[in-house]
Amino acid sequence: MNAYTIFMAASAPATEHGEHAAEHGKAVFPPLDVSTFSSQLFWLFIVFGLLLLLLAKVFLPRLGGILEDRSNRIADDLDGAARMQREAESAELAYEQSLKDARAKAHNVAETTRASINAEIDAEMEASERDVAKQMEAAEAKIRKLRTAALANVDDIATDTAKSLVEKLFAGKITLAVAAKAVKAQN
Amino acid sequence: MADGLDPIAQFEIHKLVDLSIGKYDISFTNSSLMMVVGSLCICLFLFLGTTKRSIIPGRLQSMAEISYEFVADMIRSTAGRDGLKFFPFIYALFMFILFANVLGLIPFFFTTTSHIIVTFALAMSVMTTVLVVGIWKHGFKFLKLFVPSGVPIAILPLVVLLEVISFLSRPFSHGIRLWANMLAGHIMLKLFAGFIIMMFAALAGAAKMTAILPFIMTVALMPLEILVAFLQAYVFAILTSVYINDALHPGH
Repeated sequence: MNAYTIFMAASAPATEHGEHAAEHGKAVFPPLDVSTFSSQLFWLFIVFGLLLLLLAKVFLPRLGGILEDRSNRIADDLDGAARMQREAESAELAYEQSLKDARAKAHNVAETTRASINAEIDAEMEASERDVAKQMEAAEAKIRKLRTAALANVDDIATDTAKSLVEKLFAGKITLAVAAKAVKAQN
Repeated sequence: MADGLDPIAQFEIHKLVDLSIGKYDISFTNSSLMMVVGSLCICLFLFLGTTKRSIIPGRLQSMAEISYEFVADMIRSTAGRDGLKFFPFIYALFMFILFANVLGLIPFFFTTTSHIIVTFALAMSVMTTVLVVGIWKHGFKFLKLFVPSGVPIAILPLVVLLEVISFLSRPFSHGIRLWANMLAGHIMLKLFAGFIIMMFAALAGAAKMTAILPFIMTVALMPLEILVAFLQAYVFAILTSVYINDALHPGH
């Protein structure tokens, strides 16, 4: 830095400079004025170098980061949407499955209930039939007994009747045994 | 008064702070000042454009993002994905030239890119980058750049000679194109703007009204010059990425 001889120029008004340049510079077209090249190159190098550094290290990564964030966010959202769609589809499938299951179960329950009711009805019918048959048998047995008893009584009644008939008709007396013998003979 | 109307006077360089290293003059001039102003504008633009970091960008952030995507797409389409390593360099070139060109259109503002030494230095930085990257990446094979495939042996020497000449003339055409465009545009603007004053001063009475003709011309030239300012920055940047593509993929 010591080698640099730096000194401030009196910043004279631009018009003065313009006149100055016009006096001396008429011969030289300013863009081709070689005497200005070194300062232009120097400052271009410094300024463009700094700009490049700032852009490469600060601003472009920031800007790129924003764009990347956005594209990531969009990709994430699309992924999320696809995932939710899949979830909704599987939920619908599960719902349909459970509906089918419930329907099948209800059908089963109805079926088994019907079957068990039928079985119960059958069993009761059978039981009552057996009961009825038993009662009928009992009744028949009773009737048979009564009939035999009645038949047995018929003989006695006939004997009595025969005895009293004989006694009435013939004013005689016969023993019951005779009458019974006669009744039996009649049978 | 006549000096003020000189269309060349706008390119004059005035020392603002006199500095030198040894015998070399490194004075801070109006040109240096405009370089600093342009670069500060770029930094401010990018700083304000990236402070909020919002997912849904505001106006300034949108503009910053558009400039980013614009240059990135340009590099991707001309130099491929691996060209993006040079993104900061090309982006800095594009923005530096764009801001220099556009700021230079403001009356009384100096245009740094109207000086050939500046545009040529920028072109040489591109050339240097291309050479260094090309030789560092491909070594001797980088010379294949000058030997297009599928050319008959008989005319190959001629083709190679032409390729070498075209390669060497690149920094000149690259730098001079920008410089000449800026220079011509500014001279034209200043010329027609000067005519307004000269005609108004020279003519008398109702004839003074004819000064409106150069005024209309100046108004018509202004959007054209804004277009050229943008276009030249774009051309400079896209040619840079084309040249860098040569350095990355020398085989034609």
